[in-house]
Amino acid sequence: MKKALFSALTVALLYGCASTPVETEKPAASGAEPAQGLPVSPPLAARPGQPAAQIDLSKRSVFYDYDKYIKDEYRPVLQAHGKYLAENRGKKMLIQGNCDERGSREYNIALGQRRAEGVRRMLVLMGATEKQVEPVSLGEEKPRCSDHSEGCWSQNRRSDMLYSGEY
Amino acid sequence: MSPRTFAALLAAILLLAGPARAQLTIEIIGGGANQIPIAVLPFAGESMLPQSITEIIEQDLSRSGRFRAIFVGGVNTPPTEIAQVDFPEWKSRLADAMVIGQAQRLPDGKLEVRFRLLDVIKQSQIGGIAFTLTAAQTRLTAHKIADFIYEKMTGERGVFSTRIAYIVKQGPRYELRVADADGQNAQSILISSEPIMSPAWAPDGTRMAYVSFQNKKPILFVQSLSASKQPAPVANYRGSNSAPAWSPDGKQLAAVLTKDGTSQIYLMSPDGGNLRRLTVSQAIDTEPFFTPDGQSIYFTSDRGGSPQIYRMPASGGEPVRMTFEGDYNVSPRVSPDGKILAYISRVNGRFQLMAMDLESKQIQTLTDGLRDESPSFAPNGRIILYATDIDDRGVLAAVSSDGRFRQRLGIQAADVREPSWGPFLGN
Repeated sequence: MKKALFSALTVALLYGCASTPVETEKPAASGAEPAQGLPVSPPLAARPGQPAAQIDLSKRSVFYDYDKYIKDEYRPVLQAHGKYLAENRGKKMLIQGNCDERGSREYNIALGQRRAEGVRRMLVLMGATEKQVEPVSLGEEKPRCSDHSEGCWSQNRRSDMLYSGEY
Repeated sequence: MSPRTFAALLAAILLLAGPARAQLTIEIIGGGANQIPIAVLPFAGESMLPQSITEIIEQDLSRSGRFRAIFVGGVNTPPTEIAQVDFPEWKSRLADAMVIGQAQRLPDGKLEVRFRLLDVIKQSQIGGIAFTLTAAQTRLTAHKIADFIYEKMTGERGVFSTRIAYIVKQGPRYELRVADADGQNAQSILISSEPIMSPAWAPDGTRMAYVSFQNKKPILFVQSLSASKQPAPVANYRGSNSAPAWSPDGKQLAAVLTKDGTSQIYLMSPDGGNLRRLTVSQAIDTEPFFTPDGQSIYFTSDRGGSPQIYRMPASGGEPVRMTFEGDYNVSPRVSPDGKILAYISRVNGRFQLMAMDLESKQIQTLTDGLRDESPSFAPNGRIILYATDIDDRGVLAAVSSDGRFRQRLGIQAADVREPSWGPFLGN
């Protein structure tokens, strides 16, 4: 099961990422210093057939359609972070799930948690250990954008990956 | 005077009278039916008190939607005894009831306020009390007098001397505040640069459970209102810790944890001990709320594909689905008499407050806002406080549970949200 999923993801990586631009936004805590020892190489465009490790680790956000799960276009990013965590067992990550403002604040905490949990599951599949990644939710409490419009809401439906030292 | 003019005038008076900084101001929208006309006469000697006690009483009664204040101008010497009252005059002013009283300083330096509630038609006394107080207790005494009058005249307990809690966001600053039910006398319980959410009063009114994000994730706290700083967390497990709800006896706290995967409901002692899991699903289970008899818990779950409201035994067990109309029904709160379920429903993209009669299962839409949320019943069940927004600013609003009477409570240049109405004091 695990193996099959992994190869499915690899296929997604090989064929799914070329045409889709990946978000290059910084994490929510953009004022924070980069974690020590984290590669801060110049951004590399993800090209088909390129090893996951060369995808820029500065990409830290996964965006969502309303209520939906992780889109294929973010899998290379998650694969890169999963691999990095697998190779750096001392590194820890906080995954913060976020929601748009609509609906119940507490239900949105749960939705954000579900999003963060999806990212956690993916990173563990990619080789991170449970101890390295903690999925948490900020619900609708820390919006990146505060207009009442879909353009804004889509920025707030997001999971951010923060390495220790960044939160 | 039309209700609109009256509301504008009242809002203007409150704006002028309130301290400059960030008090809630109240605006009344629409009037209730069958309001009792009442004349609250100035109390003899009340100028020795720091606030006008009769003004607070009159405002309390008017704001409840159950009373209409009768003009009391032109009284030269306020009567203090029933024998001094010119009943035909008050009858001609169409008052059904009237309040007279006096304030005086006692030999020991304390103050005394005594009042009488009179039946204008029968020309008799309905009741009266004498209070001994300090100057600082003037406002509370006024609320207690208003509670007495409300109960005598309506047969229901008044909530004027109860308190409300709410969250204020002003720029990057979050505050958990507690205020009198009229929004005055607000005090900060907690100030943080990170969000605070889901305040929940302990049934004894001395403690508050809430969620703080100060450690970049939701963590659950229970804080004594007399405490000057944040205590140790009661739930700080891996993942998120949120949605606190007290059992009616105050001995248990239901909350939502994600330590075992998805958001599930757990029970614990108010100190966080004796933790046990209550729901077992692959879905989101959140927003627990105890019924007043402590036997059941209402909660929100998307186990059926969309968020809906369910009820289960407070000891856990098979849930029963309660809502079927629409694909988004959340935030269940049960009235203190256990008869009404208030909740938020998405209707045509708008989030509105609904009330379900639990016996007949009839549903009434109580509000017409775009983003109404976080309902909270007054302890007498008569009013539901909720959060809404006007011109992009969060404000609190209140609606009578029959939907007839509404008011708004806002603070200039701040977002006010997540109201929680406290219990009766001194049960």
